[in-house]
Amino acid sequence: MADTMTDIDNSPEVLSSGAMRRQMLKEFWFYFSENRGAVIGLVIFVLLVAVALLAPVIAPHSPFEQYRDAVLKPPAWTSGGSATYLLGTDPVGRDILSRLLYGAQYSLFIGVFVTTLSLVGGILVGLIAGYYRGWIDTVIMRLMDIILAFPSLLLALVLVAILGPSLTNGMIAIAITLQPHFVRLTRAAVMAEKTRDYVTAARLAGAGPIRLMFKTILPNCTAPLIVQATLSFSNAILDAAALGFLGMGAQPPAPEWGTMLAEAREFILRAWWVVTFPGLAILITVLAINLMGDGLRDALDPKLKRS
Amino acid sequence: MFGLLLRRLAVLIPTFIGVSIIAFSFIRLLPGDPVALLSGERVMSPERHAQISAQLGFDRPIVVQYFDYLGGVLTGDFGTSIVSKKPILDQFWQLFPATVELSVCAIILAILLGIPAGVIAAVKRGSIFDQGLMGIALVGYSMPIFWWGLLLIILFSGILQWFPVSGRISLMFFFPQVTGFMLIDSLISGQKGAFASALSHLVLPSIVLATIPLAVIARQTRSAMLEVLSEDYVRTARAKGLSPFRVIGIHALRNAMIPVITTIGLQIGVMLAGAILTETIFSWPGIGKWMVDSVFRRDYAVIQGGLLLIAAIIMLVNLIVDLLYGLINPRIRH
Repeated sequence: MADTMTDIDNSPEVLSSGAMRRQMLKEFWFYFSENRGAVIGLVIFVLLVAVALLAPVIAPHSPFEQYRDAVLKPPAWTSGGSATYLLGTDPVGRDILSRLLYGAQYSLFIGVFVTTLSLVGGILVGLIAGYYRGWIDTVIMRLMDIILAFPSLLLALVLVAILGPSLTNGMIAIAITLQPHFVRLTRAAVMAEKTRDYVTAARLAGAGPIRLMFKTILPNCTAPLIVQATLSFSNAILDAAALGFLGMGAQPPAPEWGTMLAEAREFILRAWWVVTFPGLAILITVLAINLMGDGLRDALDPKLKRS
Repeated sequence: MFGLLLRRLAVLIPTFIGVSIIAFSFIRLLPGDPVALLSGERVMSPERHAQISAQLGFDRPIVVQYFDYLGGVLTGDFGTSIVSKKPILDQFWQLFPATVELSVCAIILAILLGIPAGVIAAVKRGSIFDQGLMGIALVGYSMPIFWWGLLLIILFSGILQWFPVSGRISLMFFFPQVTGFMLIDSLISGQKGAFASALSHLVLPSIVLATIPLAVIARQTRSAMLEVLSEDYVRTARAKGLSPFRVIGIHALRNAMIPVITTIGLQIGVMLAGAILTETIFSWPGIGKWMVDSVFRRDYAVIQGGLLLIAAIIMLVNLIVDLLYGLINPRIRH
């Protein structure tokens, strides 16, 4: 961001805000696209979104239909496989490919839901803590320390034990465990920005605390939050899959990838494909998002920019 | 140093109290009657209910109940398991060495591979080594370890039959638990093949548990090294004609280690979370599996006690890491 500011200061004519935004985007894309991994991650992610949206159209079978005459069929390219079930079938004869395609809906929804929940909650709480300081800040930060004292998966597991095992409860639990990171980041950024001249100027111009927090300060704290959001997105998918694997997340017969793995566990030594493909789907999704996250960090963090 | 300890404790004590309040209220937040949940008796007469309620202290004001609970915790009374009826702390001490043994092996593996990988990547920045190592690190970092464990079981236990699928030692061996650490106990027992058996049981779970910390340590070492390598004193060391090994190994690495040590410390919490999954996959009798089993058995007393004990361990480890950090890096003592 800092580079953009100097660029604008040096240019003779004052740019309109639309032109400025376009220039910032252009600069962002320049740094982002320099990172080959990030672009690959973005492409995979876009494909995943397309798969999730088009699952009903492209899936060859229903994810729930049990073909009793085709139980544990191996993938098409191995002996005994058939082209009807490209990636084989699971122990009750459901088509694995179709379940994986529908599973993309679950994972992406989990990522979006959990990240939005923890991001919005974290920003609100972090803004309040960083803006008002004092006892309210102390209370909030101690509370965040307490949440951080538990391993995230354990806390999620216990919360699900209280709320009952379901995907919704799992997502809420994961959002709670991810939230402190957003609170800490927002608070630190707010504290750094609060003493800057432009904030003082806005305050002198008569801006109230709500406007100062959300319109003046927040837009200048977005870079680390975006990077953290991508991290949370992939963490949410991993944790939700782990909960599903432990039987505490999405419940069967949902084609959630972690739940699919849990159902396939006892067959690992007999039918490798029922275990391999759902995990591969999780890995590819998380990897794509983490690749994008690295690219975003390079593009948004002025400290790391190669000048 | 002492000042640092006091400052850390000033933060730690309120956090511990907060954690204990959470553990205390957890059982009361559950849907249903906490008396029935804690005693494990589903159907009971009103007299019996009142009796247990009084026994557990539920008939007193909530604040008194909390201080009773905290007093119990501070004197080592974490309650008794609903299922096994044994004191929770005893169970914990019985299972904890298994988790420590696994975690220590995993963190050693992660450090031994992660730091050299990060150093090589930083020194050969932009080369094939750098890209390859960091690519692998990112895959490791993105790995769903519960799946990774299953894959390793398919390959090394199923197809190659190199390593056992589950447990800590072959059932052929029986010897008294002295330290609780299977590697040490098997050596003390002097039984032929016991140590090898214990070691072979440790290999796959250690790899699985080490995966994410290894990736994090490698990435952190690389970026810390890159930062240090561009410093003036490294250039000076090079200009003095010191060998590249000395410059990188002594001058640069020592300073780069400071953030890496913090990262390693932070991995302890990650490891305990990872232990939940790793121990479940490999039927490793540690506290991670204990917690999962307790959630399934609805042994809320164990969940409550285990939650508090695990949080306390993580806080203690973080305190030690902070103090260690102050010891290595005098700049943050003040």
